[in-house]
Amino acid sequence: MTGLRYVYAVCRPFGTPLQAELRGVMGAPPALLHHHGLVAVVSTVPEADFCEDALKAHLEDLDWLAATARAHQGVVDALTTVTTPLPLRLATVFRDDSAVRTMIEAREDDFRRLLDRLHGRVEWGVKVYLEPGAAEPEPAAAARPASGRDYLRSRRRQSHEQEERWQRAERFAHRLHERLAERAEEFRMHRPQNAALSGSPGQNVLNAAYLVPRAHSEEFVELVDRTKDEEAGMRVELTGPWAAYSFSGEVSGTSSAEGSGSSSGAESGARAGAESGARAGAESGARAGAESAAGPGEGR
Amino acid sequence: MTVVERREIALVDLLDRLLAGGVVLTGDITLRIADVDLVRIDLNALISSVNEQVPSPFEELA
Repeated sequence: MTGLRYVYAVCRPFGTPLQAELRGVMGAPPALLHHHGLVAVVSTVPEADFCEDALKAHLEDLDWLAATARAHQGVVDALTTVTTPLPLRLATVFRDDSAVRTMIEAREDDFRRLLDRLHGRVEWGVKVYLEPGAAEPEPAAAARPASGRDYLRSRRRQSHEQEERWQRAERFAHRLHERLAERAEEFRMHRPQNAALSGSPGQNVLNAAYLVPRAHSEEFVELVDRTKDEEAGMRVELTGPWAAYSFSGEVSGTSSAEGSGSSSGAESGARAGAESGARAGAESGARAGAESAAGPGEGR
Repeated sequence: MTVVERREIALVDLLDRLLAGGVVLTGDITLRIADVDLVRIDLNALISSVNEQVPSPFEELA
């Protein structure tokens, strides 16, 4: 056996067969591996690409990472149409079927508990952006500063306005989050996205995931929709429905974003490094692309 | 659900979930590529693709 087993998700058995044309990572069709009353959704991947060294190298290759992530998501997404899958983290690979069975046996209690918890629920992603340069039309009449003192005064006013916009964005995001959290069973704060990486205009001030029963999803979506024009200069984006990725992590250690200090957490250190101090960046006004904001949920 | 236009999912949204979420298992292969490593890897890949000039913030970790 030259192939390894890539595992996408664990589910309870479901009656509907997967679409015949569904393809997973590297084009292989996913299959169902039944064991102990659970189903692992797997496909075969070449050992040459998924042995540890090759995988490490591949993950640094953005095209490869993107293709693999999309293939993984494609399979998980197909599963959400027939069941509530428990998605695994990207690139979870086992030697063979029997190793997958051993894994299921070792974790079956966790799987069942999580599957019960997530049954019939989906994840919605909500992001809030402070639009670039919104709501600050310079009074065109006061064109050229008459003196150095005028210039400094206007500079001071501008940085003051900048700070006000920032605070307004945080208040808006916080209010929105509180309303959404009320309608959701759980939430997770993701780190705000770096504008250079996302390519989205504006400063991302909230990047949250909400766990919502399917039956209440329409209401939730409408609620988000209603807030879209509520405040000038703010942009609200909704993504989903997702399989409950953000709620499938370890029971402990997934909530580090909730109520912890804004820059704490060794786990977040890597990202924080690239998205250096948000507040400082915002206040300086001279913001480079590689900075981002700390979310309003990260208590301060 | 009118707001949910089925645009192609942004890669960053995907990576937020696939690299920071999902059940973490110790696979045969991925045992040392779990968690933190992946978070590093995704940023590393993304940053270098966005801007070759940006030095990797993770060099000291290599």
